[in-house]
Amino acid sequence: MTEYFHDFLLEIYRRMYLIREFELRAIEERRRGLIPGFIHSCVGQEATAVGACLALNQNDVITSTHRGHGHLLGKGGDPKFMMAELAARSTGYCRGRGGSLHIADFDLGILGANGIVGGGIPAAVGAALAFSLRKEKRVALSFFGDGATNQGSFHEAANLAAVWKLPVIFFCENNLYGEGTPQSKQAPLCDLANRSASYCFPGIVVDGNDPIAVYEATKNAVERARQGEGPTLIEGKTYRYRGHYEGDPQVYRLPGEMEEWLKRDPIPTFRKRLLEKGTSESQIKQIEEQVQRQLDEAVVFASSSPVPKVEDALAGVYADIHDGKVF
Amino acid sequence: MMREISYSEAIREAMCEEMRRDPSVFLMGEDVGVFGGVWGVSHDMLAEFGEERVRDTPISEIAIVGAGLGAAMMGMRPIAEIMFGDFLMCAGDQIVNQVAKARFMSGGKARVPLTIRVTSGAPGSAAAQHSQSPESWFMNIPGLKIVVPSTPADAKGLLKTAIRGDDPVIFLEHKMLYGDVGPVPEGENFLVPFGQANILREGKDVTIIGVSIMVKKALQAADILAKEGIEAEVIDIRTLVPLDKETLIKSVAKTNHVIIAHEAHKRAGPGAEIAAVLAEEAVEYLDGPIMRVAAKNVPLPYSPVLENYVLPDAGDIVDAAKAFWPGRK
Repeated sequence: MTEYFHDFLLEIYRRMYLIREFELRAIEERRRGLIPGFIHSCVGQEATAVGACLALNQNDVITSTHRGHGHLLGKGGDPKFMMAELAARSTGYCRGRGGSLHIADFDLGILGANGIVGGGIPAAVGAALAFSLRKEKRVALSFFGDGATNQGSFHEAANLAAVWKLPVIFFCENNLYGEGTPQSKQAPLCDLANRSASYCFPGIVVDGNDPIAVYEATKNAVERARQGEGPTLIEGKTYRYRGHYEGDPQVYRLPGEMEEWLKRDPIPTFRKRLLEKGTSESQIKQIEEQVQRQLDEAVVFASSSPVPKVEDALAGVYADIHDGKVF
Repeated sequence: MMREISYSEAIREAMCEEMRRDPSVFLMGEDVGVFGGVWGVSHDMLAEFGEERVRDTPISEIAIVGAGLGAAMMGMRPIAEIMFGDFLMCAGDQIVNQVAKARFMSGGKARVPLTIRVTSGAPGSAAAQHSQSPESWFMNIPGLKIVVPSTPADAKGLLKTAIRGDDPVIFLEHKMLYGDVGPVPEGENFLVPFGQANILREGKDVTIIGVSIMVKKALQAADILAKEGIEAEVIDIRTLVPLDKETLIKSVAKTNHVIIAHEAHKRAGPGAEIAAVLAEEAVEYLDGPIMRVAAKNVPLPYSPVLENYVLPDAGDIVDAAKAFWPGRK
C-alpha cells in the first residue's frame, strides 16, 4: 500500500469530520428553525466525497446531487456561505435563491448541486467537452447516486462521453437505496460499475467507506482522463445513516443492516487508523475543535446575516434584464 | 440593391460568421456535420470548421442539451441543434430544470450562453410528432429566451444576437420558411435585438400580430383585406420572450382591433399570453374581442386534407378581420 504524508491523512480526516459535523449542525439548526427547507444529509457518505475531491485540482470541476453538502465541502466549499444559503440569507452561496439543492461555487469548480436525480451528469460531460475543445488538461467529475444510473441522463451522458473520449469521471455513490427502494428492486445487477461495459470504458468498484481506496481509484481515473483516454465509472459502495430526507421514517431498512454498516462508519474507522499510524489523540482533538469553532462561526454568520430584499427575486433570471420586466 | 439569400442560408451565414469571429462558438447536433443537417442548414460547415467544431452527436437529446449547458458554463458558446421541435421534450429536464434555472438558482454564478436551434412547424404530411410549434411550451419557464424569426434577415440577425448573448435561447426555425429568399445585410455586425417587434406593414383598421410563418400569411391576408378597404397593420413579434408589449399596445391603441396569428395550437399557445397582456394593459383601446387564429386543438394529422383543415392560413385571418365589421360586404 502506498504510504501517504501524515498531513494528507489529517486533511482527509478534517474534511470528513467537517462534513459529518456540518450535516449534524444543519439538522439541528433546521429543528431550531434557522433553516426553512428540507435537508438530504450525507451522514455516512463522507469518504466518497472527500476521497474523490482530493484527487482533483482546484480548477477541475464537479457536478453534485441533492445529497451534495459533502461534495461541496470536499471540494473546498466554505461552510459559512453554505450555512447562510441553507438559512436562506442574502450572504449565502446563491443569495438565498437556491438553497441546499442548488449550491454552486464556480471559483472552486463546483458547478452545482441538483434537485433532479441524474440531472447534473450531462453538464459534467459538457464541461469536459469545453476542456477538450480548448486543449486544457482539466477534468470534470460527476457525483450521482445509485438511483441515477437508471435515468436516461446517465446513459446518454456516458455514451456521449465515451464516443468523444472526454475527460470525465462518473462517480456513483451507491448507498443501496434510491430514496426508499432498495437497489435490488431498481436494477438487475449487483455492481453498478458494470454499467460502463456498454460504453466500453472501465468500471471500478471501491469500498466507499474507505477514503484512501476512493482517492486511489479516482486518482487513476483522473490520470486516464488527463491523458486523453476517456471516461471512467467508479462505484463507491457506501451507506447513509439517516433518512433520504430529514424526517423520513425509513420503514424500508432491512433488520440489522444499519448496525452492520455502523461498524464500518468511515469517521471512527479512519480516526482509529490515524491513531494506529501514530497520530496523537491531541492532534486529532485539535482538528475536531477547530472544525467545531468553524461551524460555530458558520451558524453565527448565517443567523446574523440579512434575509434577501424582495426585489432580489426579480433580478438575476437573465444576464441583461435586471428589473424583472421580461413580460 | 441588397443581395438576397434564403432563410436557411441566412442561418448558416450567422453561424459561420460567429464561428469565424469567436473560437468559443461551436455547433453540435444530430447529422449536422457530414450530412450537413437534415434540412441542409449546416452544409459544408464541416469542411470549413472541422469535426471538433461541427460535431455530429448520437441521437441523444438529453446529452446534446446537457453537454451544451456544461460547455456554456465553462465559457464556450455552443449552438446545440435539435432536429425537430417535437424532440425538445426528450431533453425536457435539461431545458426546463437545468438550463433555464442555472443562472438564477446559483445566485448569478452560472452563465449559460447556449443557443438551442430547433426546427418547428408543419412541413406537410409530417404528422403529429414532426410538425409541432413548441414555443409556448417554454414560455412558462422563466430563464429562457424564445425567438421566432420569420424573414431571412431576422433569422441572421436574431441568431447572431442569440449566440453573442449570455442567456439560453430557444431559436425556432420554421421548416416552411427555409426556402424563402429575401434581402439580408452582409457584414458580421448585423444584429437584430431581442424584444423589438417589427411593424412590417402599417394600417389603421386592425393589428395582426404574427408569430413565425404566420407573419407571412398575415401579409398575404393584409393584401386581400386592402382590396376590401380594410387596412391591416402587420407586426412580426420576432421574440416571444422578451415580449415587446410597447409596440403591440401602441398599435392596438391606433387600430382598436387585434388578431394574433400563430401555427401552434390555439389553447395556451403564444397568442393566449399576448391576448392576456392586451386584455390587462390595452383593453380600453379595443372595439372588439381579441381574436386568435391558430391551429385547432388536435394533434397534427397526416392526411393533407385533414392537415390543411387543422392548420391556420391567410384566409382564416381575413375571415377573423372581416368579422369585426359584420355589416360590411
